[in-house]
Amino acid sequence: MVHIEFLGPMNKESLDMEASTLQDVAERLNQDDEVKAWLQTCAVAVNDMLVSSLDTPLNPGDKISLLPPVCGG
Amino acid sequence: MLELYDNALNVPEILMRWYGDEAQNNYGAFIPFVGTVREESGIEGLSFDIYEPILDRWFEAWQARAKAEGAMVKMAHSKGDVKVHESSYIAAIFSPKRRTALELIGAFVEDFKASAPIWKYDLKDGERLYAKDRSTPISGSGLLGAVQ
Repeated sequence: MVHIEFLGPMNKESLDMEASTLQDVAERLNQDDEVKAWLQTCAVAVNDMLVSSLDTPLNPGDKISLLPPVCGG
Repeated sequence: MLELYDNALNVPEILMRWYGDEAQNNYGAFIPFVGTVREESGIEGLSFDIYEPILDRWFEAWQARAKAEGAMVKMAHSKGDVKVHESSYIAAIFSPKRRTALELIGAFVEDFKASAPIWKYDLKDGERLYAKDRSTPISGSGLLGAVQ
């Protein structure tokens, strides 16, 4: 199982799912209309490192974070 | 040095301490930037969420970049609510010469706005409203949206 967190204004409880790559996570999240609306503008981190490929391999216990658009300051 | 505080920053205390800490370290330039909440659109203040693990990594990379130029970067930011006319953000560069400090403070603040994992909300009429229109997708966003 991997653990998925929705940060900041996404305001959604985290969830656990079976996944071996980010592709699996993408397919699952695209089925959730509430989450899907955010996906085009969210960055993705695996274990707190930003990633840029859907082929990123996942291991059991990995933490995946979705980061919506930011505005510090 | 990265400092996070609940609510408004004590700007005089932070700036005086940073100045004092580096006064004997042979930096010829010290350039602070202070961000203060403005009164606009009827807001009572702003509120901030921060994801600290990624903010720490982002800031460590900037410390390394500044160090490579003989400079130092410091930053303080608020968590939670900050009222109008209070301050929520301080960034500062110390460097041997002015040119490095002037260039780094601009680059640092711009990258901060585009990349630091901090989310801003308007406090208005008792509500906490995500400042979506003023927010920027982090570079590389949309990865999971490419799959249908």
